[in-house]
Amino acid sequence: MASSGLELLWVSAPQLLTGIGRTLGISALAIVFSSVGGVAYGILRNLGIRWVDRVLLVYLEAFRAIPVLVWLYLFFFALPIFLGWSISGFWCAVLVLSLWGISETGEVVRGALLSIPRGQREAGLAIGLGLPGLYGRVLLPQALRRMTPPMINVFTRLIKTSSLAVLIGVVDVIKIGQQIIERTYESVLIYGFLFLFFFFVCYPLSAASRVLERRRSHS
Amino acid sequence: MNFDVDFILTTLPAFIAAVGVTLQVGLIAIGTSLCVALINATIAVFKVPVLRSLVRLYVELARNTPLLIQLFFIYFALPSIGIRISGFASAIIAMTFLGGAYLTEILRAGVEAVPKAQIESGLSIGLSRWQLLRHVILPQAGILSLPALFANFVFLLKETTVVSAVAVPEILYTTKNYIALYYKTYEMLAVMTGLCVLLFVPLSLLLRLVERRLQHGQFGS
Amino acid sequence: MSALIELSGFSKRFGDAPVLQDVDLSVREGEVVVILGPSGCGKSTLLRCLNGLESGHAGHYRFAGRELAPNTDWRQVRQQIGMVFQSYHLFPHMSVLDNILLGPVNVQKRPRAKARQQAETLLARVGLLDKRDAFPRQLSGGQQQRIAIVRALCMNPKVMLFDEVTAALDPEMVKEVLEVILDLARSGMTLLIVTHEMAFARAVADRILFMDGGRIVEQAAPETFFSSPQTARAQQFLEKFSYVENMPKRNAS
Repeated sequence: MASSGLELLWVSAPQLLTGIGRTLGISALAIVFSSVGGVAYGILRNLGIRWVDRVLLVYLEAFRAIPVLVWLYLFFFALPIFLGWSISGFWCAVLVLSLWGISETGEVVRGALLSIPRGQREAGLAIGLGLPGLYGRVLLPQALRRMTPPMINVFTRLIKTSSLAVLIGVVDVIKIGQQIIERTYESVLIYGFLFLFFFFVCYPLSAASRVLERRRSHS
Repeated sequence: MNFDVDFILTTLPAFIAAVGVTLQVGLIAIGTSLCVALINATIAVFKVPVLRSLVRLYVELARNTPLLIQLFFIYFALPSIGIRISGFASAIIAMTFLGGAYLTEILRAGVEAVPKAQIESGLSIGLSRWQLLRHVILPQAGILSLPALFANFVFLLKETTVVSAVAVPEILYTTKNYIALYYKTYEMLAVMTGLCVLLFVPLSLLLRLVERRLQHGQFGS
Repeated sequence: MSALIELSGFSKRFGDAPVLQDVDLSVREGEVVVILGPSGCGKSTLLRCLNGLESGHAGHYRFAGRELAPNTDWRQVRQQIGMVFQSYHLFPHMSVLDNILLGPVNVQKRPRAKARQQAETLLARVGLLDKRDAFPRQLSGGQQQRIAIVRALCMNPKVMLFDEVTAALDPEMVKEVLEVILDLARSGMTLLIVTHEMAFARAVADRILFMDGGRIVEQAAPETFFSSPQTARAQQFLEKFSYVENMPKRNAS
């Protein structure tokens, strides 16, 4: 008979760690892609080129209208058929979460850029800066501070949403937890552990975001 | 690639029922979450000692954990200690748990945003704290929070897709079911996408309208 | 002496509303031109058209002999035209020195050491050398505006444009900024100034341009303009200022 209680957690640690690695791996990759892609999106929408803005708006609305889980299924089921690609659940999750993340972080970046007084842009142009210089040296550095707290919030949501990967078959920490439950029936313990796992990953981030936001509104 | 339109037509009744389930789950969850949030907001306004901290703890726990885990806990874990809850009920409870926390934060922000001058005027005409809450604070907090509240309602409706994981027959579950049974992947995915667009795009546009309207009505913001 | 700036028939619309109408202007090197006029007369817009922040719809603009169409590469032009704004718009995330050196080093690709020397000379000239490592938020409005002027000067422009640069300052700081501009005028730099400070306009200008409704209504030497304005519009405008200057005491019998 399998051990129970904290002993069980201890014994299953290696498997759980593999699962944690996969869950956090999906999140980490999605966070990296979203950050880079989001800055690109934010700048592109800020440039004021009509057709670019329209395309990006459609992209944004598509990810806002269709829930992430539906996108996960769409990509997971449809990609193999449409493009002949066979994609693992892991990479499918990374892809979908990144695409969704880019639209969310992109809006954060865009909002931050919009909040910078117009005079800054003009002062930069007046000393002869071109677009790369203007964004790189004047606008983005100022946007960075404003966008950090909301960005962190998007990252927290990415981490929570990565839990959905289990539904397309990814063997992440949830799946492994479920496997342990099948053997030991310790559902309260395991689901409790999973609950606390996500809490202790996400809470520090959201707390940090609040601290940063408070600090900014005082300076 | 041939698109089996006839098949789609035969599945329509099931999908319409599924939309009904989505709306049921969503709307009930919105309602219950709102109740939870109102209670919590009252506790926050009256600064009730112990409950206040409990509310903060609740909000942090619910906002920093995924809906899926909350759902699984209620549906899969509770039975082992004797509490057996149906998929539908688990869905409602889990979504209320999550939704209540989000709405609580929104109402709390709305309450804090009511200008102090309002409260002082209310107090100086002799209103009791309950009256102040009912006539001065909540109405104004409500209006200030309306865009955020509405946004979260839409969010909750979209989150109903997650409850497909516990066999609640909403849109996603129905789609998966039909794909598994009949292998008409394209057609079913198309229907699902179409339904989502039909349901959520108008809501999203409506949300933007609400935001714009209310921002014009607010002074000093 | 050839004209540095030439506008002929220059016009600009905003939608259907005309903002600049048929503006003819010629500015020689070393000239100080002050533009006066009521709010909304288009004087700021005129200035902003000169460095491409806004573009005209009709007419011609020649700068240093070159015709500048709306689709010009303004980056090159802007290095030769310095502009100072009402709200200074120093970059808050950079120190004073970095603010000044951004243009010379990154845009003009000049060696940093040399540019720094020039920056410090200019800072000393406006009396703010000791603030070179400070950040804008630590400085007063007057100090920030003087640094904005140095920032523009460090690009070695042929022309300096000043857009109501003292309008946002507390009255006691206006003097320090006007002194800098006077100093520039004395050293022979070409200046176009939009201002409300009448006495200053009188003191610094070689020529006064009076605008109303997007047109140049009157042009004259300062003495002539202020003592005997020719057009009714100019007379009305000046009367408003002299009213404030010459208000009778309340209990005068």
